[in-house]
Amino acid sequence: MNLDAIRTNRPLQTGLGFAFGILFGFLLERGGATEHAVIWGQLLLYDFTVLKIMLSAVLVGMIGFQVLRSLGLVAPRVADPSLGAHLVGGLIFGVGFALLGLCPGTVAGAVGRGSADALVGGAVGLVIGTGLFARVYPRVSRGIARSGPLPWRTVPELLGGINPWFAVGGMAVVILGVFWVLETLGL
Amino acid sequence: MAPLPFEDIFKPPGGLDGSMLELLFAARWSPYLAGAGIGLLVTLAFLLSNRPIGCSTAYLKARGMLGMLVARERTAATEYYRLIAPTVDWQFMIVPGIVVGAFLAAWLSGTFTLELVPPFWSARFGDSLLLRWGTALAGGVLLGFGARWAGGCTSGHGISGNIQLSLASMLAAAGFFIGGILVSLALFGVPGDEGLWGFV
Repeated sequence: MNLDAIRTNRPLQTGLGFAFGILFGFLLERGGATEHAVIWGQLLLYDFTVLKIMLSAVLVGMIGFQVLRSLGLVAPRVADPSLGAHLVGGLIFGVGFALLGLCPGTVAGAVGRGSADALVGGAVGLVIGTGLFARVYPRVSRGIARSGPLPWRTVPELLGGINPWFAVGGMAVVILGVFWVLETLGL
Repeated sequence: MAPLPFEDIFKPPGGLDGSMLELLFAARWSPYLAGAGIGLLVTLAFLLSNRPIGCSTAYLKARGMLGMLVARERTAATEYYRLIAPTVDWQFMIVPGIVVGAFLAAWLSGTFTLELVPPFWSARFGDSLLLRWGTALAGGVLLGFGARWAGGCTSGHGISGNIQLSLASMLAAAGFFIGGILVSLALFGVPGDEGLWGFV
């Protein structure tokens, strides 16, 4: 079975989505990211578990992704960045992040470990909130989301079109540096 | 001589030895190990499905499916649901998968417990279900609205987007944490001299 046959087989993909979700939920739970206290601890800058999980995932994933890209198996699909879409949307998200103490993935994990406010508050709220956005999408996507566009889409473009492997190497050094600082400070 | 900072990062806390069997039942793994696992998982999802693992789309699809039940024509005519079809597919199944996976992890380690109000919340705001669930609902609404506005969440932008070196994802992640940190400090106050606050 070749890769294209796997990628275009819809029932198989639906099952794969479920399987990836199970593994993701397992790892989020074991990492501690489904605990409100861990998320709030990160947002209050005294428990750096969430940052360690995210940066470890980025470190391993960006190397994995570049290997796949170098083999011609994937092509980057990234959004055109703008302040109006990504920073404004991100800040709205951030307010909800703090009120709930979870994010859209970890809220599902919190439901799995038995959290009631994640289910009746968080998950229900997410269904309502994404639906509200569907109503304003035509206006937002043609209006504010287009304001403040950035002229580059990726780090290699920002750095003048360098080989993506150099950008990966540079980011890896930065991430390892952050880990070193966190461990040295005992955070 | 002080131990090297990286010497024991792959050992789970609590004196466990990190063997495979112990890891299966350990309540908590090292965040570096869990994160590295997520990085491999995201790579595998790109290989087999050619997609970034994201979560917020699934809630939109759920909302769209409810819409198709109660107001079929209006939902079908909504531009956003034509762009992101409200169907049970790869993107939708991620979220029920997370529920099952987290349940399995909690059940295997014996940490599954029904929790009405998170202790971290009740320590500051009390045990009121109405206050907590109301705040959580408001938080969920803003999370969903903001995630779709930004085109992704902590998974889709924060991890899968950033591994593609996407500047849009870095901008969104900056927004998630700037907004989250400011509002958390407003809610809970500056936490004494714990963590990073001990160094300022």
